[in-house]
Amino acid sequence: MSAEIRTSDGELLSVKLRKVERRRRTTAFLLAAPLLFFIVFAYVIPIFQMLGRSIDNVQMNEFLSETHVIMQTWDGTEMPGEDVTSTFFYELKGLVEEKNHGKIATRLNYEKGGFTSLIKKTARKLKDFDENENFLDQFIDVHKKWGDVEYWLALKRGTDAYHFRKYLTTFDYEQKFDGSIERIPEKKRINVTLWLRTIFVAAGVTFCCFLLAYPISHLLSVLPTRYSNLLMICVLLPFWTSLLVRTSSWMVLLQKQGVLNDTLVSLGIVADEGRLELMYNMTGTFIAMTQILLPFMVLPLYSVMKTIPPSLMRAATSMGATPFLAFRKIYFPLTYAGISAGSILVFVLSIGYYITPALVGGAKGTLISNRIAYHMQQSLDWSLATAMAAVLLIAVLIVYWLYNKIVGIDNMRLG
Amino acid sequence: MSGKKSDFVKFEQVDKSYDGKELVVKGLDLDIAEGEFLTLLGPSGSGKTTTLMMLAGFETPTNGEIYFDGNPINNIPPHKRGIGMVFQNYALFPHLSVFENLAFPLKVRKIDKAEIEERINKTLKMVSLTGFENRMPAQLSGGQQQRVAVARALVFDPKLVLMDEPLGALDKNLRESMQYELKHIHETLGVTVVYVTHDQGEALTMSNRIAVFNDGKVQQLSGPNELYETPVNSFVASFIGENNTFTGTVKELASGTAKVETNTGEIIIANPIAVSSAGEKSRISLRPERVNINPTEQIENRFEAEIKEIIYHGDHTRVRVNLLGNDDFILKVPNASSNSKLNLGDKVNLGWSSQDCRALDY
Repeated sequence: MSAEIRTSDGELLSVKLRKVERRRRTTAFLLAAPLLFFIVFAYVIPIFQMLGRSIDNVQMNEFLSETHVIMQTWDGTEMPGEDVTSTFFYELKGLVEEKNHGKIATRLNYEKGGFTSLIKKTARKLKDFDENENFLDQFIDVHKKWGDVEYWLALKRGTDAYHFRKYLTTFDYEQKFDGSIERIPEKKRINVTLWLRTIFVAAGVTFCCFLLAYPISHLLSVLPTRYSNLLMICVLLPFWTSLLVRTSSWMVLLQKQGVLNDTLVSLGIVADEGRLELMYNMTGTFIAMTQILLPFMVLPLYSVMKTIPPSLMRAATSMGATPFLAFRKIYFPLTYAGISAGSILVFVLSIGYYITPALVGGAKGTLISNRIAYHMQQSLDWSLATAMAAVLLIAVLIVYWLYNKIVGIDNMRLG
Repeated sequence: MSGKKSDFVKFEQVDKSYDGKELVVKGLDLDIAEGEFLTLLGPSGSGKTTTLMMLAGFETPTNGEIYFDGNPINNIPPHKRGIGMVFQNYALFPHLSVFENLAFPLKVRKIDKAEIEERINKTLKMVSLTGFENRMPAQLSGGQQQRVAVARALVFDPKLVLMDEPLGALDKNLRESMQYELKHIHETLGVTVVYVTHDQGEALTMSNRIAVFNDGKVQQLSGPNELYETPVNSFVASFIGENNTFTGTVKELASGTAKVETNTGEIIIANPIAVSSAGEKSRISLRPERVNINPTEQIENRFEAEIKEIIYHGDHTRVRVNLLGNDDFILKVPNASSNSKLNLGDKVNLGWSSQDCRALDY
């Protein structure tokens, strides 16, 4: 035990140190606070809200709350009883009066095709119902689909407050009404193809970027500063132009009547009628994405290569290694950190790439992000879109986690 | 040194230019004997490192030819020369352990595993690093990294080892002990060493011979003591050790002595080294420790000086005096009790022999 040390004003030194430390921490926090609030409100909260939509069905549950409750007592093996049908009738009537029946029609249609027209037709005929007659028979009179028990089963599970069925759809699976999980018919499968294509394109673009970036990064790291600065500007040039502009220029270059094809034809390398299909397929996506993402590979590689002293290669050759062996055993292993950092950046960016595949990809070059956009903008199935986005996010997080495990996130440097 | 070649390495009229305008090395002729420790000493930009790099094969001579063990090597790439090299910042492979660093040149030569281990153990023992096999370079101190670098350059038994300012990054004490260690390793192995440094102390301590470089040329090539005692020109005299100079004109040139008139009109009797005729301008060089204070015996040069500054240096005292108009004339006085009577402003008589004061080029 050491004696208590006091400052000149009589305070305990340890207490005073703590005070100073606290003040410093407060200042640091206040400096970071604006960004922190911005990130929380403009980034974290919206993301989780969106992700919530992939399992959220609360609105349906509220619209048809009584039907949902009473349906829990129905086992679903045969047609529902009058208690269910009458409750559904009154709730549907209420929804029609509030003009909300369109919303449930769309939602129920995800559970079983044909529900949209079924609900709309039923809603029109609702006023003709005789409340003293059998409701089920009257429903069937309006539309014979009401006689199919699957529609009632769809109604039952379509009013659950939460469900995970969108995640099954994400991977082209569906849950049958008996609870079993099966792949959807082959003709309808598209998501798995897109996932695989996305991973393939991301990996391919990463590899192409690596092949192109490695020599240029090496050159950057060994050139005298005044030349390397100029070269660096060329590498970073893509950052200075809008992504849309760059992608559009690729369209100008790559299309059938475009610059590249014209040049090839005029040089006689390609016949006029045999112009290359460079766009609206995977080739276009590949070329454009590789060019656009190249700086993300060059920067980490360059920052690692810059730290490798040229004397290492000289040392290796002075010891009798051929230049190739010296490269393979000494230089290349020392660039692993740069390769992995660059690869993860390019891979993660390309796995969620949207504009470029949307513009130059065509049908054969679309990626999962385009599918997400389709569900957000065209089919309006936001639950499915967010389920896909969640899977994408998890995939990216797994990649980062693996990277951190294997290489360590501290090794990622950009300059 | 019977049976050892005196021209184990031979530079023949070697020129080197990087930009095609200026020669960094000019008409270099240099023979390096087998088994000797030769130091290339000179200020930065004098061409010494370029010379070493040409020998290692990292630079090609613009003109001339380099022979190694009798064979011209200009067109042999560095990895086929079999010359060991220690680099300025050690150039250890940071991702390999000490053992793997040392194994690298052996594996390249496809030597079998058992022998690799044996050789590495032997070499590590020589540099007193046994037990450090599995350390990574970053876990070693500067001195230890240095030893690994030396061990790695020696482990494949090269006949010639080049060292490019290997001790430059170490602190003073470590540098001195490493100098002795390198010297002992050289003596034990009998390997030929070509060593580059700009530190004259280092050069004088370790070398059999020293080549003093300046302006792309070898100014003098001789053993450490001749270099210090008998410099052949003003550059070598001023570059090696401490040096007092007078400038003047040669008045008379007789056998073995030259009378030089200084700018203040006095005549100094000097040893003519690099002057050939009367009327020539000359720079006279005189080592501080060759000057006697209040000489009692008969001596050729004797002048009065005034003490301007006394600086205590522990084992000796440096005394700055004004002598013959030279305000920076330095004396080194051993701190024996008889010399403690010097006071600032005193007038003292200084004397030196004509043999110790060398009339060199201007």
